[in-house]
Amino acid sequence: MSQTTNDPRLLRAPPKRPIRLSWSDERVRGIVWQLLVVGIVGGIVWWLWSNTVHNLEVRRIATGFGFLGREAGLPIAEHLIDYNPTDTYFRALLVGLLNTLKVAVVGIVLATILGTLIGIARLSKNWLLSRIAGVYVEVIRDLPLLLQLLFWYAVLQGLPGPRQALNPVDGVFLSNRGLKLPWIEWESAHSWALLAFVAGAVATWLYRRAARAAQMQDGQPRRVWPVALGLLLVLPVAVWWVLGAPWTPDMPALRGFNFQGGVNISPEYFALLLGLVLYTAGFIAEIVRAGILAVAHGQWEAAQALGLKPTQVLNQIVLPQALRVIIPPMTSQFLNLTKNSSLAVAIGYQDIVSIANTTLNQTGQAIEGIAIIMLVYLTISLSISLFMNWYNARIALVER
Amino acid sequence: MGETMEMLASAARTDAPPAITLDKVNKWFGALHVLRDVSLQVALGERVVVCGPSGSGKSTMIRCINRLETHQEGRIIVDDIELSDDVKALDAIRREVGMVFQSFNLFPHLTVLDNCTLAPIWVRRMPKAEAEDLAMHYLERVKIPEQAKKFPGQLSGGQQQRVAIARALCMKPKIMLFDEPTSALDPEMIKEVLDTMVGLAEMGMTMIVVTHEMGFARQVADRVVFMDRGEIVELGTPAEMFEQPKTDRLRMFLSQILRGH
Amino acid sequence: MSDITLNTAAAGVPEAAPRSAPLTQLGLVGWMRANLFSSWLNTAVTLLLAYLIIRWAVGFIEWGIVNAIWSVPNNQTQACRDLKGTGACWAVITEKHRFMLFGTYPYEEHWRPALVCLLFIGLYVVSAMRRFWRWELAIIWAAVLSVIGVLMWGGILGLSYVPQERWGGLPITLILATFGLAFAFPLAILVALGRRSSLPAIKVLCVMYVELIRGVPLISLLFMASVMFPLFLPEGMNIDKLLRAQIAIILFAAAYLAEVVRGGLQALPKGQYEAADALGLSYWQKTGFIILPQALRLVIPPLVNTFIGFFKDTSLVLIIGIFDLLTAGKTAIIEPAWQGFGVEVYVTIGAIYFVFCFAMSKYSQGLEAELNRHRRR
Repeated sequence: MSQTTNDPRLLRAPPKRPIRLSWSDERVRGIVWQLLVVGIVGGIVWWLWSNTVHNLEVRRIATGFGFLGREAGLPIAEHLIDYNPTDTYFRALLVGLLNTLKVAVVGIVLATILGTLIGIARLSKNWLLSRIAGVYVEVIRDLPLLLQLLFWYAVLQGLPGPRQALNPVDGVFLSNRGLKLPWIEWESAHSWALLAFVAGAVATWLYRRAARAAQMQDGQPRRVWPVALGLLLVLPVAVWWVLGAPWTPDMPALRGFNFQGGVNISPEYFALLLGLVLYTAGFIAEIVRAGILAVAHGQWEAAQALGLKPTQVLNQIVLPQALRVIIPPMTSQFLNLTKNSSLAVAIGYQDIVSIANTTLNQTGQAIEGIAIIMLVYLTISLSISLFMNWYNARIALVER
Repeated sequence: MGETMEMLASAARTDAPPAITLDKVNKWFGALHVLRDVSLQVALGERVVVCGPSGSGKSTMIRCINRLETHQEGRIIVDDIELSDDVKALDAIRREVGMVFQSFNLFPHLTVLDNCTLAPIWVRRMPKAEAEDLAMHYLERVKIPEQAKKFPGQLSGGQQQRVAIARALCMKPKIMLFDEPTSALDPEMIKEVLDTMVGLAEMGMTMIVVTHEMGFARQVADRVVFMDRGEIVELGTPAEMFEQPKTDRLRMFLSQILRGH
Repeated sequence: MSDITLNTAAAGVPEAAPRSAPLTQLGLVGWMRANLFSSWLNTAVTLLLAYLIIRWAVGFIEWGIVNAIWSVPNNQTQACRDLKGTGACWAVITEKHRFMLFGTYPYEEHWRPALVCLLFIGLYVVSAMRRFWRWELAIIWAAVLSVIGVLMWGGILGLSYVPQERWGGLPITLILATFGLAFAFPLAILVALGRRSSLPAIKVLCVMYVELIRGVPLISLLFMASVMFPLFLPEGMNIDKLLRAQIAIILFAAAYLAEVVRGGLQALPKGQYEAADALGLSYWQKTGFIILPQALRLVIPPLVNTFIGFFKDTSLVLIIGIFDLLTAGKTAIIEPAWQGFGVEVYVTIGAIYFVFCFAMSKYSQGLEAELNRHRRR
């Protein structure tokens, strides 16, 4: 008895159900409950709202976002785009947002790398290595993040002043005014080289796909790494060479009370980044470990019994399954890192929360200020959630 | 269609009032029409076995009787109360209809005794001592009184299912529904559960049993109902159904089922 | 197999006695070979790590114990400063430990917050024990929390009244975390049930609440509490800062706990819901007797982990000026004499947090292992 298209169970459509107005009707009860709950919640919200309007009037606090166009008058030490205190509040908030993203993006990348390494170390056969990694994870996860941030900031503040700065390598100076690193004078040749690198990355990816397709055709594997090396390393260097090979290092040098030149990483940023990376890496390590363990040992055995080499087993069998388990909680940790960066206000790094806080103190418009903060973070969270849902749907294992 | 109704009327015991009436019941899951014009009358004290291939709607049909599923068209009348959205009617019906599930569904955090006394105490408002006496009585009936203080996880599958039967009986239902009660059991435990159900039948309980156990059907059933793809295809006494199947579908089903027996 | 043995015995060949493994496989030596020195790479890593550990341990002992100063007379911290970098100044702790633990609570009454801390610890220990996992636990919590309130405030039973502004340190941290959990938990259960409800309005409200709270950092909620709550209330009605922060923490915790509870509700097999329905139990009877007891037990490890998170998150009240353990530590080193000894203070406070969180973490891990063992039967 096959289920063909003339399955008689697909012939008629279900009827609609009319409602009977009576207390014992399930649906009537449901509607009444909902009205009750919505009514109570709505009532509370209305009460709070009317109080707020009244209080704002009495205290003569302005409402609305008009203040965004006013002059900010607040100094910001670190800014990725041009800013001076005569700019508007809007620009100040934008600078704050960029500062948040600066620490969040770099933090996510570093935390992922460190976390993955520690997670793998936890699974190592070397007892000492796995135990140390285990101790690290346990200690990091049992201490409040704020405490860790304050600790690192205190350590950095305890460093000697610029005149007695630590100088481990030529051009690198660590003092209580931050970390100074040498940089180079950026010229157009460098931009071209960078562009060549990006182009090389894209080309490598394309080549990998073509090589795989060709292998499917005739069975012969093709080595990708020589081509990748050429495109990612040799090409940019060649471009730079051809354009004159400019290389003028910009070394930090002590002038007066501080260093000039080179690139500066402020103690605030450094402490925040360090604290966030070490903290989040602890959680990511556990996620990576769980993901790798989640792939049943039988998978390894079956794959190896078929004759696949260890790298092949890793790439084709283990990693795809492990990533399924790893990616959802991992994105949740990325989100946590972004939200945790709001603790910057405690050590003086001016991120969006810190600047919005100063703004609301100066203008007195608390509601708008906090609304801005929440809006920024909600947007980031919801975007990451949406991405997660899309990703999950795409990689979901097809089951009965 | 008319002769089906006559068949139903004559097959039922005409001296007993109908315990359950299904009258042109239709149910859809989304767009899939899973119960198609199902009509059945079960008299008080009658034992009906429902069989059919998977997907035929037999489990859905009996789950409609105690409203674990809702039907969209047609009428279901249990013990003279009609099933509808009316909550009071539903409560009354669930008190009179007991159900035994394929996966037992015992409450693992309560002892066997507590599993049995929970509903009598909270739904029938029985005093605790009386409920416990009642529970022990039925646990003796299903022959495992010594397990009263144990937890379900400590019992075998057959014992758990017998506790599930006792739990349903403690509500003193007029009708017992069984949804493939032995399908999840190891072969050596099937007999003890079937024996319990036979004992129940001998007590005169009205039973509707969805099962593949044809031996049980032959021994105990007053009628056998064969369903396929949402409709009742054939029904009659076990002798009629097994020895003289009238439709090809039933013949094919029987040949598949009885091959192992 | 038995045939073979019989044959050899019959053929007169003596059965070989089972031999024990070679010495290098057994005992400590064997274990070290397998785990530390199994390959060249492994050996190299072991030696490197061992070297680093020993160097760091020696350095820490020198800094923390050998060269350290344990107390200084009368705030003369010059001796400490001279040692900066080479020796720890534990004198900070010796001088300031009462302040860090109890804040500005009156000196003679310090036994009260100390007792409160012990009561909290006792409450956690009792809640952790299996045989107390019944609804009666709620009564124990209510009783203990009331006693704690009485002890902290005083004013009755011969205890002198201590206004809330003078509370500080460890009791505040414990109060924020524990009262937070106590009130957030019932709210979380309601929200989790609401999220699984078939009534659309209730479901939408619960989803909005959870997603909103989980999408924003706790700091923004604390700011909201400290700055916006006064605007929400009618004139004349005033709630003090600690209560405002407590409410924010409760709302925050409830959203995260609701997700954990929801996980438990989803993990429960559908058959349990159906069996309860078939027996005729009403929605609240079903939920109270059958669903919640099982669902909550399923998710106790993640619940404990979430609580560890809140316990640490209470430290954020530093930013809105409430005097918890971390704030007390930070304030202790504000006065000029003690400025700059942050490392010693934070290490000590870290140790206190660590003791609490580590204990809870180990408990949760042990519980999870036990539950898994049961399930994998």
